[in-house]
Amino acid sequence: MRTIGNIFWLGTKELRSFLRDFVLLGLVIYAFSLAIIAQAGSYSQEVHNAPVAIVDEDHSELSRRIAHAFLPPYFRPPQYITERDIVPLMNMRRYTFVIDIPPNFERDVLGGRDPALQVNVDATVMVQAGLGSGYAQQIIMTEIQDFLSHREGTPLSPVNLNVGIVFNPNVTTAWFTTVMGIINNITMLAIILAGAAIVREREHGTMDHLLVMPVTPFEIAMSKVWANGLVITVAVGISLYFVVRGMLGIPIAGSIPLFMVGVVIYLFFACAIGIFIGTVARSMPQLGLLYMLIYMPMNMLSGSNTPLESMPPWLATVMQASPSTHFVSFAQSILYRGAGIDVVWPQFLLVAAIGGLFFVLAIWRFRSSMAQAAA
Amino acid sequence: MNEATRPVARLDAVTQRYGHTAALTAVSLEVPAGCMVGLIGPDGVGKSTLLGILAGARQIQSGHVDVLDGDMADAAHRDAVCSRIAYMPQGLGRNLYPDLSVAENVTFFARLFGQSRVERQWRIAELLDSTGLAPFADRQAKKLSGGMRQKLGLCCSLIHDPDLLILDEPTTGVDPLSRRQFWELIDRIRSRRPGMSVVVATAYMEEAERFDFLIAMNAGNVLATGSPNELKMRTRSKTVEDAFVALLPTADRAGHKKLEIPPRRVIGAEPVIAARDLTCRFGDFTAVDRVSFTIERGEIFGFVGSNGSGKTTTMKMLTGLLPPSEGEALLFGKPLDARDMAARLRVGYMSQSFSLYAELTVRQNLDLHARLFHLPAAKGKARLRQLVAQFGLEDYLDQRASDLPLGIRQRLSLAVAVVHEPEMLILDEPTSGVDPLARDRFWELLIDLSRNQGVTIFVSTHFMNEAARCDRISLMDSGRVLATDVPANLISARGVTTLEDAFISYLEEATGLRTAQPTPGAPLDSTSETARPTSPQRAFSVQRLFAYTIRETIELLRDPIRLTFALFGTALLMLVFGFGISTDVNNLTFAALDHDQSHESRAYLEELRGSSYFVEEAPLANYAELEKRMQSGEIDAAIEIPPGFGRDLEAGRPAWVGAWVDGAMPFRASTIRGYFQAMHQLYLADPAVKTTLPQPPPPARIELRFKYNQDFDSIYAMVPSSLSMLLALFPAILMALAIVREKELGSITNLYVTPVTRIEFLIGKQIPYIGVAMANFALMFLMALFIFQVPLKGSFLVLLLGAFIYVTTTTAYGMVISAFARTQIAALFGTAIMTVLPASQFAGMMTPVSSLSGMAQIMGRAFPMTYFVPISVGTFTKGLGFADLGGVLAELALFIPVLTFISFLLLRKQER
Repeated sequence: MRTIGNIFWLGTKELRSFLRDFVLLGLVIYAFSLAIIAQAGSYSQEVHNAPVAIVDEDHSELSRRIAHAFLPPYFRPPQYITERDIVPLMNMRRYTFVIDIPPNFERDVLGGRDPALQVNVDATVMVQAGLGSGYAQQIIMTEIQDFLSHREGTPLSPVNLNVGIVFNPNVTTAWFTTVMGIINNITMLAIILAGAAIVREREHGTMDHLLVMPVTPFEIAMSKVWANGLVITVAVGISLYFVVRGMLGIPIAGSIPLFMVGVVIYLFFACAIGIFIGTVARSMPQLGLLYMLIYMPMNMLSGSNTPLESMPPWLATVMQASPSTHFVSFAQSILYRGAGIDVVWPQFLLVAAIGGLFFVLAIWRFRSSMAQAAA
Repeated sequence: MNEATRPVARLDAVTQRYGHTAALTAVSLEVPAGCMVGLIGPDGVGKSTLLGILAGARQIQSGHVDVLDGDMADAAHRDAVCSRIAYMPQGLGRNLYPDLSVAENVTFFARLFGQSRVERQWRIAELLDSTGLAPFADRQAKKLSGGMRQKLGLCCSLIHDPDLLILDEPTTGVDPLSRRQFWELIDRIRSRRPGMSVVVATAYMEEAERFDFLIAMNAGNVLATGSPNELKMRTRSKTVEDAFVALLPTADRAGHKKLEIPPRRVIGAEPVIAARDLTCRFGDFTAVDRVSFTIERGEIFGFVGSNGSGKTTTMKMLTGLLPPSEGEALLFGKPLDARDMAARLRVGYMSQSFSLYAELTVRQNLDLHARLFHLPAAKGKARLRQLVAQFGLEDYLDQRASDLPLGIRQRLSLAVAVVHEPEMLILDEPTSGVDPLARDRFWELLIDLSRNQGVTIFVSTHFMNEAARCDRISLMDSGRVLATDVPANLISARGVTTLEDAFISYLEEATGLRTAQPTPGAPLDSTSETARPTSPQRAFSVQRLFAYTIRETIELLRDPIRLTFALFGTALLMLVFGFGISTDVNNLTFAALDHDQSHESRAYLEELRGSSYFVEEAPLANYAELEKRMQSGEIDAAIEIPPGFGRDLEAGRPAWVGAWVDGAMPFRASTIRGYFQAMHQLYLADPAVKTTLPQPPPPARIELRFKYNQDFDSIYAMVPSSLSMLLALFPAILMALAIVREKELGSITNLYVTPVTRIEFLIGKQIPYIGVAMANFALMFLMALFIFQVPLKGSFLVLLLGAFIYVTTTTAYGMVISAFARTQIAALFGTAIMTVLPASQFAGMMTPVSSLSGMAQIMGRAFPMTYFVPISVGTFTKGLGFADLGGVLAELALFIPVLTFISFLLLRKQER
């Protein structure tokens, strides 16, 4: 009872301090509004406005039809260039795709002479080139077949494949980047807020004061977890309902309350690690540098940017130890795929367990680090 | 007294406001030349503001200020006279560089004033000799004692033979012996250069007795000016301190009476605290060395000594905050145990930095502490009322602690410390910075607690008159107790008249034993008087620029954390990103829902199973399982073969296969779809698949040519991109800390008051970070070649040139933020926010910037990395050279002047 009272009252103080710290307040507001909106403008997951050029050496109806088939939003209207410009323009990254239609292409197609058409792809523009080359092939093939069907009629394939993409039928990047942006922000802010709360108390000398009062490190750490966790939870809720769903009109399939439960569990971990590095760092700049080293891999490799499947297996295994990976995974399950508690509870448990571990570690470091800081 | 005809400075109706507090209110004043002028008054009355204005470090808001016959609002005049003024700001060595050695510090200042090597060398030698610092020339400033640090500050100020020397509280927190030596040094310097004017602010009223002319200040106003004797006569006081109190407005003096200390009644002989041979070491530095003392119940026990003499460390050991390295402490007769909650309830502690939550109000602070000590609600309320009345806090209840005057804040700190009625109070320098009146009021409270409530008080101070009020004191120096006794006994034991003299006598004895204190040096060489600064003022000086470069480099090399972080942090992240960020989608999981279970359906699935991209999971039994396993993310895709697939195929009817792909990650989903379609085409073309329908040959072949990267392996794009990203983040962050650090630590003053210009300052500081970033680049380049096996196909020179321009822009990017921000934390997170998002999302690492839209596109275009990714990927993977990349190099280079100019505009040459 005493403990709960202490945790509660210390937490109210934490909230008051936070509301007076305009830099951190501004950071939270920016991170959950403008930064999310900016990420909605990212097309990193799909082919969008890909620049295409066409070298038309055929000047036939078919070559014109192919050119016209490259349409927004996937492709920009194609530009006509000459053959000798292919290399310099691709070198300058002007075009990701250059389609070279050889002379007499239409005639050869009609004559069944199996002509070859070249699609040059800048294979350093990874996502766009990878997906776009498939699209380009399909578009050209369809155009040729349509062109021919006017004359012959295409026979149906013996086996047809119908690929359906569930949970995000149009594979819109914004659905992904905005929600993942929120998730990355949760990690970022929880570490910063909890870590800064520790370092700030130490720099202001109030930590010494707390430690000579009848409160335990556990109570101090817990108060920071609940207060900073509450701030972020509220911000996440507002951001999901009003920014993502309201302003950006992105549908959320699953239960937001269930997701929020997961957020709370994850925040326990993230605040614990924030407190932990707050006890390791001896000044704000050191906190910041440590934060970068921890946050960047946790964020970039959690599966919220590039798929976990594409990492080397050893790295993917290592990343299983990071709760951010599980957080991204259950967030995707809940928010995109509408999964329920029956599906995600093992991950909830895992995150809570790793969080508990860091929390114990943080408390263990607490008093010894405070002693060092006094130097 | 030296009566100069013209004043060295004249102020006319100067008013400075900061927020809603007025630091100076219509101050008009003439400062006489060629003599020693003292500025007296407590903290926060505008002394520092006034001195800052005289030195040209602060911007004048309203009014007129003439210094050395010119208008200080005029930048040209400031530039002209700054080499004739020397300014030593408040705080021990605040304008010094703690990581630099004594000689390096002085050399830095000499360079700023454009002195040649020869001139520099004899001047430094002479100054160090005369201040007795010569034997410590190679010691780092941070390892100097307070007194030595102030002497070093003085050396740095005197390096250019100023006509006006401005010292802001040069002796605060310094031990009495060093203080005395400091003033002797000033006297010697003045006897050598009688024309020099000295303006000094001080909080020690005793020191003011020795000045020629005093300016007494209170609450932004000048109370009186005149020689010490004039002031004393005018107020019929015996000391300057009494004169100052008499000069205060009557309202401030209300209720002030001479402090009476009733004699202590001895309550019980058993000691409340007993320390035996307490020792505390930090590494090889001994902060507290075998300290022993006992404090009896109801006693006021004082710890007296300079900053850094071990007072705070000892107190921290007694509160359990620090474990002693050796020795033991008994609290209430029991060994000290940091975990003993019951003991904590009996102790109140007030740490040196006020142990208050500045953002809470008075009421909230008291309330919080009452609750943490678990006073029952009713008792707590009563206690708060009592404390508020006792400590005179009624008028401030709902003000935030940060807005309170210092004296009130200290009373609140004490109130907070006694909320739970402790038996013992540990107070660490509770009165530093407070005016004499507030100090007396504070002591009234202490005496009441001690004499009437039997509270034992352990207090530390560096004011001798406060020390004299204690029942017993320990004199401390360099971590040792020199003597412990009743103040009067200490005085008589040394045969002197004041406690200060007694302390000095003890110090001299200890110094003689230790010989660590500098001996007063040889008299100044009088022949040097002929040499005046010879270098004319120039608008741009490479020497000044390099002064900053050299200094920043030394600091960086001596900061292992920043350096390690800069070099190995990037290497580590390069390793992680190089392996981790990949767009090669493989190891995809799928499961089959085969309703047909025919030979044909298995043949179709066989096509997938043979693929290296897919890993098959246990087959699905029904739709419900499909849904659940996809929801949990266990499988990325599912293939459904309907009943009758084989039969349809056999009969020549078109058959259908369904595939479901998890769209949670759009890129992965699109890729899987592409794989499925390709696989399907392979299946159709497979001659082993016996379909009854003849398959027409395709009308044309589409040849995909993956240029630059035939295997379409993402490592060839991602490693050069990761290199670009890391060169955007880390140099920017390091640079961002560089300028704002000086703002926070105070050495930015040197930009304000020395001839160095903003451009010299900015570029001078940027150069070392460009160097570090280039070292980073070299490291990552080698990692790319040898660890990731990404060969460099194009021109190395272009890549090197590009990297150089690029890190110049990214450091400049950090510079802009640093010039704008006021705290390190704001600069750090500002930079992190403004670089991480654009670098990872909007700078062409995953998507070409031209394909972005709206704000994302704008953020991408305004970020230098957008222009370096083509250079890095171009030279590594595309094999390009200057002909192809010249344009983008030029675009990148454009950032340099733009960002530098913005920083220039944001950085101020004067403090507001």
